[in-house]
Amino acid sequence: MPDANVHAHDAHNPNLQHHFVDMPQQQEASVLGMWVFLVTEVMFFGGMFLAYILYRMWYYQGFAEASHHIDLFWGALNTVVLICSSLTMALAVRAAQLNNRRGQIVNLILTILLGAAFLGVKAIEYSAKFRDHVIPGPHFEWHGKDAVGAQLFYSLYFALTGLHALHMIVGLGLMSVILFMAWRGRFNSTYYTPVEISGLYWHFVDIVWIFLFPLLYLIGRHAPVTF
Amino acid sequence: MSEHVHDSHAGHGHIAPMSMYLGVFAILMLGTAITVGIAYVDMGFVNTAVALAIAVTKATFVVLYFMHVRWASRLTWVVIAASIVWLLLLFSIGMTDYLSRDWMGVPGR
Repeated sequence: MPDANVHAHDAHNPNLQHHFVDMPQQQEASVLGMWVFLVTEVMFFGGMFLAYILYRMWYYQGFAEASHHIDLFWGALNTVVLICSSLTMALAVRAAQLNNRRGQIVNLILTILLGAAFLGVKAIEYSAKFRDHVIPGPHFEWHGKDAVGAQLFYSLYFALTGLHALHMIVGLGLMSVILFMAWRGRFNSTYYTPVEISGLYWHFVDIVWIFLFPLLYLIGRHAPVTF
Repeated sequence: MSEHVHDSHAGHGHIAPMSMYLGVFAILMLGTAITVGIAYVDMGFVNTAVALAIAVTKATFVVLYFMHVRWASRLTWVVIAASIVWLLLLFSIGMTDYLSRDWMGVPGR
């Protein structure tokens, strides 16, 4: 029975908490718990996406105009940056699975740098919005046909990308802790749950952006917008 | 295979080869390039459908491979499937309400 060996081995694992049978059970409990949290996050962003669907149907022209006004370059660059960070995150987990401390540290640092680059690009984009007076409110300026729709688009743009950026900031905090733990040599092939579930969070934030990018940056590209 | 005892060794959990991660990365990059390129082709409302189809495909690859759900337990699959069901419920019931409000002259729109 290979199973018996596993139990005998795990009985001595200092990372096994007493209320779990063995290490795989402990990890599965953590992963499942993280997924339950991510489901609540899906619903959290879901409400905002519902608002997006509704207002886009009601203010179709305004949304296309406003989306057309956003600089596609920065959005596409940030999409690439986030996909790269998801790769380095996945490789950090793999390094932990392979007892590779150096690999964990290098990949976690890369993930943090890419996440910071994403936020830097976001800062450039936000400042351009202030410069162009497309911040929703009394000083909103719009020279297109549908100023009301455009303003609603920008309200949703800031709410969605702002919440997403907030998640990125939380993710950077998480990654800093994980990097510190990895540097201390806390993870190995039998225990890497914190890297794994922090990675789940990071990838989730990446997935939110995968949907935000086409819905915010790309909806007005094909239509010739008449101002 | 979804029984966790089945694939548990000293180092439990599935260790995927490097080539798999790079392959998924390439697919995500390709998807991004396609979604940007196709946004300039005028297909009317189909544009949004295509963009969403590409986004769902990219998200599926991230979930299955980067998030290791392909090798996760059935219980994890159920939780994830439930999130999709609830999200669709939110969208469909929310939209039926808003889109049908002015059919019968009900105030509130």
